[in-house]
Amino acid sequence: MAPHGNPEEPASAASEIKREAPKVAAANAESTTTAPAARPGGTTGGAKEEHPWSLWEVFVRSSRGLSHVHAGSLHAPDAAMALRNARDLYTRRNEGVSIWVVPAEAISSSDPDAKGAFFESPQGKDYRHATYYTKSEGVKHL
Amino acid sequence: MASQNLQSVPAELSPEEQEREAAGQAYFDRIISEDSRIEPRDWMPAAYRKTLLRQISQHAHSEIIGMQPEANWITRAPSLKRKSILMAKVQDEAGHGLYLYSAAETLGQSRDQMMEDLIAGKARYSSIFNYPTISWADMGAIGWLVDGAAICNQVPLCRASYGPYGRAMVRICKEESFHQRQGFEILLELSNGTPAQKQMAQDAVNRWYAPSLMMFGPPDDDSPNSKQSMAWNIKRFSNDELRSRFVGMMVEQVKVLGLTLPDKDIRFNEETKKWEHGPLDWNEFKEVLAGRGPCNSQRIERRREAHENGAWVREAAVAYARKQAEKVNAA
Amino acid sequence: MSTKDTDFAIEGHGDISVGVHGAGASGDGSASATRITPGNALRPEDIALEISRGQVKPSEDIAGFALRLGDDGLILAQRLGHWISRAPELEEDIALGNIALDQLGHARSFLTYAGAAWDKSEDDLAYFRREHEFRSAHLFEQPNGDFAVTIARQFIVSFYQYELYSRLVESTDSTIAAISAKAVKEVDYHRDHSAQWVLRLAGGTDESRARMIQGFKLVWPYVDELFEDDELTTRLSESGVTVQPSSLRDEFDRLTGQILAEAELDIPGVPQAPGGGRRGKHSEFMGYILAEMQVLAREHPGASW
Repeated sequence: MAPHGNPEEPASAASEIKREAPKVAAANAESTTTAPAARPGGTTGGAKEEHPWSLWEVFVRSSRGLSHVHAGSLHAPDAAMALRNARDLYTRRNEGVSIWVVPAEAISSSDPDAKGAFFESPQGKDYRHATYYTKSEGVKHL
Repeated sequence: MASQNLQSVPAELSPEEQEREAAGQAYFDRIISEDSRIEPRDWMPAAYRKTLLRQISQHAHSEIIGMQPEANWITRAPSLKRKSILMAKVQDEAGHGLYLYSAAETLGQSRDQMMEDLIAGKARYSSIFNYPTISWADMGAIGWLVDGAAICNQVPLCRASYGPYGRAMVRICKEESFHQRQGFEILLELSNGTPAQKQMAQDAVNRWYAPSLMMFGPPDDDSPNSKQSMAWNIKRFSNDELRSRFVGMMVEQVKVLGLTLPDKDIRFNEETKKWEHGPLDWNEFKEVLAGRGPCNSQRIERRREAHENGAWVREAAVAYARKQAEKVNAA
Repeated sequence: MSTKDTDFAIEGHGDISVGVHGAGASGDGSASATRITPGNALRPEDIALEISRGQVKPSEDIAGFALRLGDDGLILAQRLGHWISRAPELEEDIALGNIALDQLGHARSFLTYAGAAWDKSEDDLAYFRREHEFRSAHLFEQPNGDFAVTIARQFIVSFYQYELYSRLVESTDSTIAAISAKAVKEVDYHRDHSAQWVLRLAGGTDESRARMIQGFKLVWPYVDELFEDDELTTRLSESGVTVQPSSLRDEFDRLTGQILAEAELDIPGVPQAPGGGRRGKHSEFMGYILAEMQVLAREHPGASW
């Protein structure tokens, strides 16, 4: 249940929320097995008879030609209402011309524990960048 | 704030787990010392998670309960322009509560649970919203003083070490930039209006001044959690520091309004270079916080009523979504 | 009209660094999802400006017609405003708030325009007329009831307003046409919002279905009044300012019928009330609505806010 900010799931809490909030469609379970077992703070639990609306991530295109950017989250019973809620909540000051909504649980994200390994390779490969090539400095149109 | 043992150490960890905890702590410490941001799936100390969850959920609750004192005047706003502004403002507060609940949800608690806690009286929110709005000028005073104080608090929170909280605050601060100005305008209009209107404005400022100063929280030497929050880069400035800045701003602004602040002891301390104010009634603060304010039970009751009256609607929407999904699957 | 970006300017707090640039919530400054602008649309203030410059002035008839539209929006906004902080879910607080703000916006524009005929402001008209001087139809005055009643009322209102405004875009009166051009797009969304909820409430649980049926039963008696022609609409339809309300009925029936059929709801078999709002005869509710709305303004006549 990934939330505001980044579509990253607080691994520690996944089971808790899932217990409390049975989903309409439980697709694409995200792998959380390698995430550290942090202790959730202050969750009091309590079984609920009500089925809360599920969590959606909202992406807004601020104007034509630009990418959709994550704007935040909201709750909605289904995709149609999620889109409308997103329109009402995240574009009431002209923030966008297009909206995507994605069920939070449908997002897979990279493992935060693997940050080093996952993102190490590009470090130091300066030859991928134009700035590496200094000999052509001063040559026009290059 | 209940003083709980924040440094609770898990009872028994295997050597492997201990190692992972230590590595996590080291990683966390480095991120904080670099003034970078912690993101939801990062390892974080249990106490950090707990502190954030408490602060963000209280903040969210404050937005939601804070809708009520102003919603109280939507139907009676004295001009159609003011009615539009007030409606948009109260609506914004629902949005801000929503952003903040979302940020809190990244820490592992469902919004539904937070709402339950609020209704059950188990959660706290800013005690200022337990005061009644008895005149139209209160819309001005809330905008100018209460939102003014909130903005002072919130702007540094845009840099809070927890990513989702900081991002929520950026959005909130942007949207709130009109809230304080519209309040100031209301007071300015009243102050320049008839004697009765001016009196209304002064009366509202008199009533909201002290509670707005108390929004910054107890004095630094009586604020047990502040130090830790600052060490974690959640808070960037101490309660007294922010309060002093706020007083300095209000002193100037009230002159433009042609009104006065009900505090004879305001002065600029040349030595400390800080603004000082008269004594605040912290007993009253504690009383209101403990539930003995003028509107505590009314506010919670109203939230409970809305939430419970809405249950059948929320259930209907979920049931409809389920039926539609079944139809699609069957087809 | 201002189109200036308000990209994160918090004046008065300049010494507290936010440490965050225009990038907003998402890092990529050029693609920020938090860039906010006031946009560019016809506002009541623009109409007031045109009036003060003597560029527009409605005839007595046109003003009377604008008054009807303005009063409909105003009374409905007054009703909807009550929902904010009481909606079934926070997301719906925002949605109903947006609809109320749209309606209030239309009301302000129409009242501002109407007032030009009698040298009165939108606020003179909203706060200092008496009950029999209001021209709203009874549907708009109906109490919020539960969420189903509010949705039923909104459903009828938005499908009616959509038909009306989509015709008024062609009005020979350029101000009516301009206000309607903005309104019709907003009301189109209101149609969608209420239709979505009609489907969900009717097709949700047994309880929600029962409430939806009851909701329609309560507000349906006030449908006919919306489509009644009278002397004013006859005169104005001859000059192309508006169309006869009765001419909107077929399309209203067809489109609402589609949604009701999808929701498996029957049109309630309830008798129609006689209405009378366009002639200043109102329901029992109106007095209370006005008492609440006008109380403060009337305590301070002549004051500015």
